[in-house]
Amino acid sequence: MKLLQGKTGWALLIALALVFPYMVSNTYFLSVMTQSYIFAIAALGLNLITGYTGQFNLAHGGFMAIGAYAVGLLTTDYQWGFWTSFVAAGAICGVVGYLVGALSLRMTGHVFSIFTLCVGYIIYLLIEKWEDVTHGAVGVMGIPAPTGFGGLEFESAKGQYYLVLVFLILGAYIMHRIVHSLLGRSFVAVRNSEALAEALGIPLARTKRLAFVLSVIYAGLAGGLYAGVVRFLGPDLAATHHTFELVMFMLVGGIGTILGPILGSILVPWLTQSLQFLQDYRMVVFGPVLILLLIFVPNGIVGTILHRRARRAAALREQAQAANAPAAASSTPTGARHA
Amino acid sequence: MLEIRGLTKRFGGLTAVNNVTAHFEAGRINAIIGPNGAGKTTFFNLIAGTHAPSSGQIIVKGEDVTGMRADQIARLGVARTFQATNLFDQASVLDNLIVGHRLRTRSGLWDVIMHTPLLKREEKLCREKAEAALEFVGLNHVAHRLAGDITQEERKRVAFALALATEPDLLLLDEPAGGVNPEETVGLADLIRKLVDHGKTVCLIEHKMDMIMSLADKIIVLNYGEKIAEGTPAEIRSNPLVIDAYLGAEHAEA
Amino acid sequence: MDLFFQQLLNGLTIGGVYSLVALGLTLVYGILHVPNFAHGALYMAGAFVAFYFMESLGLNYWLAMLGSALVVAVLSMLAERLVFHKLRNAPPLHDMIAAIGILLFLEAGAQAIWGADFHRMQSPYGQLVEIFGLTTVAQRLLIIAGAVVLVTVLHLFLTRTTTGLTIIAMAQNRDGAALVGIDATRVTMLVFAISGALAAVAAVLYSPINLVYPAMGHLVITKAFVIIILGGMGSFPGAIVGGLIIGLAEAFGGFYFSTDYKDLIAFVLLVVILSVRPQGLFSKGAH
Repeated sequence: MKLLQGKTGWALLIALALVFPYMVSNTYFLSVMTQSYIFAIAALGLNLITGYTGQFNLAHGGFMAIGAYAVGLLTTDYQWGFWTSFVAAGAICGVVGYLVGALSLRMTGHVFSIFTLCVGYIIYLLIEKWEDVTHGAVGVMGIPAPTGFGGLEFESAKGQYYLVLVFLILGAYIMHRIVHSLLGRSFVAVRNSEALAEALGIPLARTKRLAFVLSVIYAGLAGGLYAGVVRFLGPDLAATHHTFELVMFMLVGGIGTILGPILGSILVPWLTQSLQFLQDYRMVVFGPVLILLLIFVPNGIVGTILHRRARRAAALREQAQAANAPAAASSTPTGARHA
Repeated sequence: MLEIRGLTKRFGGLTAVNNVTAHFEAGRINAIIGPNGAGKTTFFNLIAGTHAPSSGQIIVKGEDVTGMRADQIARLGVARTFQATNLFDQASVLDNLIVGHRLRTRSGLWDVIMHTPLLKREEKLCREKAEAALEFVGLNHVAHRLAGDITQEERKRVAFALALATEPDLLLLDEPAGGVNPEETVGLADLIRKLVDHGKTVCLIEHKMDMIMSLADKIIVLNYGEKIAEGTPAEIRSNPLVIDAYLGAEHAEA
Repeated sequence: MDLFFQQLLNGLTIGGVYSLVALGLTLVYGILHVPNFAHGALYMAGAFVAFYFMESLGLNYWLAMLGSALVVAVLSMLAERLVFHKLRNAPPLHDMIAAIGILLFLEAGAQAIWGADFHRMQSPYGQLVEIFGLTTVAQRLLIIAGAVVLVTVLHLFLTRTTTGLTIIAMAQNRDGAALVGIDATRVTMLVFAISGALAAVAAVLYSPINLVYPAMGHLVITKAFVIIILGGMGSFPGAIVGGLIIGLAEAFGGFYFSTDYKDLIAFVLLVVILSVRPQGLFSKGAH
């Protein structure tokens, strides 16, 4: 376990990810992993607004669809280049996210979540019905793969795998920077208590909006990558069950951690794949598993490990401190826990 | 330091605070007391900017802050604590305090992504302020304990530390001694006096009369949203209106 | 003019269904302060259970409806005991995710047993009737009548019986109610049971017109949420009035503007109203 801490841990994981294509015999597994990485990027975004800032955004999947459709439509209907469309996808999601955020973040808690559920529905219905623009139920087909450059290609399974991996690493790194900074601490303060955060001088509306916009940009860019990898889209991408899947990934891995959503996005689809033999009954376990996790392991895998580690580290540091300054402490952490 | 003129707050049909005028001098300990439901916390909420008043004025350090948002007022140097302090239980006490100084920093998203020297400097500064605040309230020894594992009294002190990290001139303390035993109450009272000794102004809401009487320089009594008395502890103790207001009201001394 | 009344009838029909569903939702929210995202799945379960009773067990329409209401009431109570009760001390986020878990379970279950296809539910009221010069399917009149009856019965129950009053007491002040000896557990379970039964009946009333399929709860539940936000979470009259308004708006909007986008009406209304009044239409004063 010691080996998996901090920078060494991450380096190890990245190394594993880099050699993964050479460890699998089948391009099918490679594509599954690539898609997992794409959802991991989206899950990282959801984690920022929900895990760190405490606002449960049920429209997140909808924004991923917006990003995907932006790339899909711009490249096929308007002959834009892939990468320009990709950047546009992020920008569009940013703008739409800003507007939706400005509207919705004035509400808190349940009302915010219900409102975003409705926004998600609006996005789904618009994609399905606005046939002139979105092709409706027919969907968008023949989306080009990401354009290669500098001798690199992104059409093969391997090429796409590495491309998405780079984005995932970049996304995770930026997210890591954000959440461990003063900005990230502001988000957490908002989650703990909006009243207290305000009393600490944190501008609520602006802070929540920033978290929201950042989170949906992640979703949008993940959607853009999805379009380039899967190469066809349907309105179903905006259906709520994708958001619920992302929630599951976050929960299994650990809400409010960086590795958590990534781990969940890899683990859960793999587990569902290996349960193929259950066929239709596969989905039936999804719900109860989610509930059991909430009751027994609410911090997810990574969250629980980190929490235990933090406990141990805290105890060690206190012992060290007490050893250095024996005159200090009076209180000991006996039964004084607070719910 | 703090000037209140004709402050009124109406919630639909209920007038929670009714035309209260008061003056709080700098460097003093001011207490606001009154039976339950007298409007004390609402009064604080108005000063701190959580609610906008229906009418009246609030002037902090000579500046009219009526109607400003809570975070704007915090930045002007008004800190407050709440009856219940929500901390991030799974992080250490020190970790919880670092955000306290955030309001005095300027780094934004760009600094975060680019890891600018400004961000590094400000994060170091916030950590130093957090450590200083923790030392001031005497909780150095629990700096690395998880916030979920500390006692109620320690929690109250952490709330003080958090308020201090914002570098305020005025502290609004809402029941700072709530839920702690008499010994711990004395300790917290000493801490409050220490705040004033270091140049802060304190306004507190409390129900513990012996704490108030020995601590406060000035007491304001609210009842049904109105100010019914104002003066030194001795004056208040013998004021018939005050005694009347408390008789028959649910007033429990901890 | 005929067309106008036709749409009026349609609006009242769908409005009645929405009202019943929203009522169940608002009752639970009033007690638990958690939006039960699984409510739409209970609605769907109601339809499927009745369908099963009618197709496989050969029961008649009314018995199937009754049976379905009972089954879903039990399902609802189980959900409360096994899930919501266990999470009562967790942050609100977990309650919402758990409700989604129940939703997914019920939907996947229905799909596993009956497949994702659409099923047609037979009802003895499929014939056309004439009323006030309009021709319509009898089932629609049944829905309106059923909604009115149920709402009245529920209202009388809540305001005239002791049990009903304890529900209201708990919704207003949970701790106070406990202090005067009201058994929170019993009341909560009862509310969940009633909520589930309402959803089931609404589904069985509406299915003969609208088909039965696993995803049938989605739109209905999302609109029910819109209704209770607009009408006030936990407000009984709000749910009814809101349901009727949305139902009528959809019927008229769908007919006079566009059938394609009529589902958007409820949501657009929500966006517009919440932008102006983030606390909803009927909540009282500032906080």
